Amino acid sequence: MKFGHYMEVGKMDELGRMDSPMHRLDSRAKTLTTIAFIVTVMSFRRYDVAALMSFFVYPFTMMAVGRIPPGYIVRKLLIASPFALVVGIFNPLLDKQVMGSLGSHGISGGWLSFASIVIRFSLTVTAAITLVACTGIHRLCAGLERMGLPRVFAVQLCLLYRYLFVIVDEGQRMRRGVEMRSMGRRSLSFSTYVSLIGHLLLRAMDRAQRVYQAMVSRGFAGQFRVMRPTVVRWNDVAFMVGWAIFFAAARVWDIPTAIGNFLVGGVA
Amino acid sequence: MHMADALISPAVGGTMWVASTGLLAWSARKVRQTLDDKLVPMMGVLGAFIFAAQMINFSIPGTGSIGHLGGGMILTILLGPHAAFLVIASVLTVQALLFADGGLLALGCNIFNLGVFPAFIAYPLIYKPIVGNAQGGARLWAGAMIAGIVGLQMGAFSVVLETTMSGISDLPFKTFVWLMQPIHLAIGVVEGLATAAVVSLVLRVRPESLPERQTTDHHAAGYRRVVTGMLIAALAVGCGLSWFASTRPDGLEWSMGKVSGKEELEPPAEGIHESLAKIQQKTAFLPDYGFKSAESVVTTAQPAQKKADQWPAVSAGTSVAGLVGGLLTLLLAGLIGYGLKHRVAASYRRDQTSTDAEHP
Repeated sequence: MKFGHYMEVGKMDELGRMDSPMHRLDSRAKTLTTIAFIVTVMSFRRYDVAALMSFFVYPFTMMAVGRIPPGYIVRKLLIASPFALVVGIFNPLLDKQVMGSLGSHGISGGWLSFASIVIRFSLTVTAAITLVACTGIHRLCAGLERMGLPRVFAVQLCLLYRYLFVIVDEGQRMRRGVEMRSMGRRSLSFSTYVSLIGHLLLRAMDRAQRVYQAMVSRGFAGQFRVMRPTVVRWNDVAFMVGWAIFFAAARVWDIPTAIGNFLVGGVA
Repeated sequence: MHMADALISPAVGGTMWVASTGLLAWSARKVRQTLDDKLVPMMGVLGAFIFAAQMINFSIPGTGSIGHLGGGMILTILLGPHAAFLVIASVLTVQALLFADGGLLALGCNIFNLGVFPAFIAYPLIYKPIVGNAQGGARLWAGAMIAGIVGLQMGAFSVVLETTMSGISDLPFKTFVWLMQPIHLAIGVVEGLATAAVVSLVLRVRPESLPERQTTDHHAAGYRRVVTGMLIAALAVGCGLSWFASTRPDGLEWSMGKVSGKEELEPPAEGIHESLAKIQQKTAFLPDYGFKSAESVVTTAQPAQKKADQWPAVSAGTSVAGLVGGLLTLLLAGLIGYGLKHRVAASYRRDQTSTDAEHP
């Protein structure tokens, strides 16, 4: 994980604080709909490719209405892709049974399932990132807490997010200091590393101590008090029900193949 | 080691979600019962520390490669199992939400693989008995090393199990095990070394920072309950896994999708589903495609199964149609997004100008 990724998180925070019709929807409605989306996409059979395409409507709509720049989401998608691609690429090598054809070329089941994995991956990751970008981590946590997430864990998520940038900055400063004294050697020796990480840990713990004192002096007694003006409105419900109907329809009927059949017509 | 949504089935993802959220709720209750408030900011800051620590690498002598701290073990040593489990889970959640590192439905798997093994197995069953109350030295190093290795080996094996049971990757179980275990042996050694070194440094520089040594009794008392909790969790997971191992995985994949998506998806679809099917029947659009046969199973609502049976008999025409239709749908989805974006942008500009007019 590189430092540049953390700058991207700053961007995510910015996007989450924007205002748009999508941002104004209740975070619970968006979370539940996105979970339904992911479950539906995952429930497709391993060789389904074309049928998955209609599901792109959901993340694209969220991005468009939420005014999220698609380039940003694509960059995130590419950064996250290696694991799925590495595991998936074995499918074409192992499953060579021919299952379809394009013109004179036979398509093996392995390539089909690989394509299916890539599309599923793009769909689920895009939807998840867009959800966070359209909601912001604080609203998301508040929504999750109201849906039954243990309060201790919700507080933990918020505090972790709050101190992420602070501690990462501190670590970067320490590493830069070592780099400047190490004559251009990029990676640290084990003993330098241990000393660096150990002191970063001690500094972090000191900071936690100071944070605690500051919190107690402001009346902290074990839990956060948050003002939550969230009320479920009719458009939240409409959002959920509308998409649920679309997901069900797109799961049951292979709309893209139907369109293709309609266009290609009698080739079959 | 972070699993993605694309490689697991809803059955596996759902089972692991249930297991992980159960443990999460249990840990949260434990933490709330036993915790002094002081640990609340400590947990947050240490979670952030793990992120920072994962960005700093050191060179492994003689190999030319680099390693870094994973963090599960050191958190458990610093905070105790329950608080550490919450912190690990929160780190994984933030990684999934902000970096797309691991999927949302795979989050249950990831929390289980990377949190349960170090916090509830490697720490109490390996690290504690070996290290005891030792203040650094050989016992600390041995304990951290073995616990680090065992924790990661179990986590890696669990990744293999979950992936194989999902049946989306074609990698055979044996090959995948042989790929994962040796790599994670190396990672485990690095993890153990780094953990032991950092902990002994903290012990040397500021021994009072390791809180749980004063509360050894408390941990010994809570330990039996940890084991009981783990047994219950193992039983629950075992039941879940054996239940779906006994069915054909393909069929189950769909049926589980139906089970987990039912509340959300089924009721609103029913009316439209049927009326659309009737329209379908009348217009007979695409007579040679599976729609017609789907009508007969509308009441049993298992079109996927039907389609599955037909699949190997697919003709070239359907492939072409699938490709054309798929690309076209993608284009259409893009156009919908593009159109919406412009409408939203236009209405936004209208709002801006109207507010500007009201408040010049």
